[in-house]
Amino acid sequence: MNSSAHPLIKPVEQGVGPLSAMVAVFARDVRVAFRQRQDLLNPLLFFVMVVTLFPLGVSPEIGFLKQSGAGILWVAALLSVLLSLDHLFRHDFDDGTLEQLVLQPQPLFLLILAKTLAHWMLTGLPLVVLTPVLGVMVHLDGNSVAILCLTLLIGTPVLSLIGSIGAALTLGLRSAGVLLSLLIIPLYIPVLIFGTGTVAAAAEGAPVAGYLALMGAFLVLALTLAPFASAAALRISMSNS
Amino acid sequence: MSEPLLQAVDLECERDERLLFQNLSFSIVPGTLTRVEGPNGSGKTTLLRILAGLNDAWSGDILWCGQPRGHDRESFHRNTLYLGHRPGIKPLLTPMENLRALMAGRRPVNDEVLAQALAGTGLAGYEHVPCRNLSAGQQRRVALARLLIADEPLWLLDEVFTAIDADGVQAIETLLKQRAAEGGAILVTTHHDLQVEGMGRITLGGGQCDE
Repeated sequence: MNSSAHPLIKPVEQGVGPLSAMVAVFARDVRVAFRQRQDLLNPLLFFVMVVTLFPLGVSPEIGFLKQSGAGILWVAALLSVLLSLDHLFRHDFDDGTLEQLVLQPQPLFLLILAKTLAHWMLTGLPLVVLTPVLGVMVHLDGNSVAILCLTLLIGTPVLSLIGSIGAALTLGLRSAGVLLSLLIIPLYIPVLIFGTGTVAAAAEGAPVAGYLALMGAFLVLALTLAPFASAAALRISMSNS
Repeated sequence: MSEPLLQAVDLECERDERLLFQNLSFSIVPGTLTRVEGPNGSGKTTLLRILAGLNDAWSGDILWCGQPRGHDRESFHRNTLYLGHRPGIKPLLTPMENLRALMAGRRPVNDEVLAQALAGTGLAGYEHVPCRNLSAGQQRRVALARLLIADEPLWLLDEVFTAIDADGVQAIETLLKQRAAEGGAILVTTHHDLQVEGMGRITLGGGQCDE
């Protein structure tokens, strides 16, 4: 910059590095979430309820549960993440902190990545932690539970990352919920198919390395591309508000 | 006169198929206070959001230090302070935590400076009370505390006097004058009767603009 002509201009280098800015965003989101714990419990409760109601509603037979347990858990986890997505940017948007986030002299996609990681840690990760308990409840054997946890551990961040795009796009809208689901669910389907496919393959004794590698590829793809897409979507939503 | 920090050239903005302004050109030079005027709905907030970089739905040119703003967005954001209608304060966090979070991505500021800024806006003793327990005016004061520690040369302030009591308004006016005298460039929108000598005006709604 022609800073010589403008002695008032502060160089960006004297500011804060992107990493500490990300840490600050992450820390603030976690702190806010822990001051409003009922919001944290909602997706977890939903997850537990869907999984417990399934045997009651369909069949408590061990054979059925063994066969469909992984699928039930995956679908419940997916819907539970979907339900929590609207909160990702909504509160920040309403109170104006999102504006200030966009105006920070930092790459926006990194700040959004930090927000999304906080979202995953607060919604996706607890689901993974609960999965062994619910897995035993639907009569999955130890190996299947371990594989299921692993697929959810790789898969739920993908759900949060892809979801952040939809959440950013639908931010300015009044009834964003339905549109968000319609936009995001098609993108969730591959993750769901490979997630449950991995567990099914493990149950049949087939090798799962290939499946896991593909899920890892989903994760890398989402990690590298989703924050850019969300940042662009967020700027559009900001322009329309 | 020193070189302008921010220049708008032939700015045009349409919102909901309504033309808010067109052929709007002005420069903001250091050491000046400029007021954006116009009736409700004339596009004052939209103009400020465009200048701050929040709204991308415009045509024309915005120059930052003589170069298109997009060339060095980070430098622009680093040197611009925007306070909008929404104060940017999280109700669940305390004033101290809010201020810390707002400054975190900009530059390192230690807690003592932040506490002084809060005390300067009349929030001494409220540093660690969650903001939802504060009044609307006090919440705005938390946001305004940033003005006391701001080193950004360009301020874009949208309705800063909202919900602020008479003493507070007086204090902000003094601060703005002092800041302009020190060489800061300030653009404000307000319905409050702001009287400052040598204040520039940008009038919206009538379509014309004079410096």
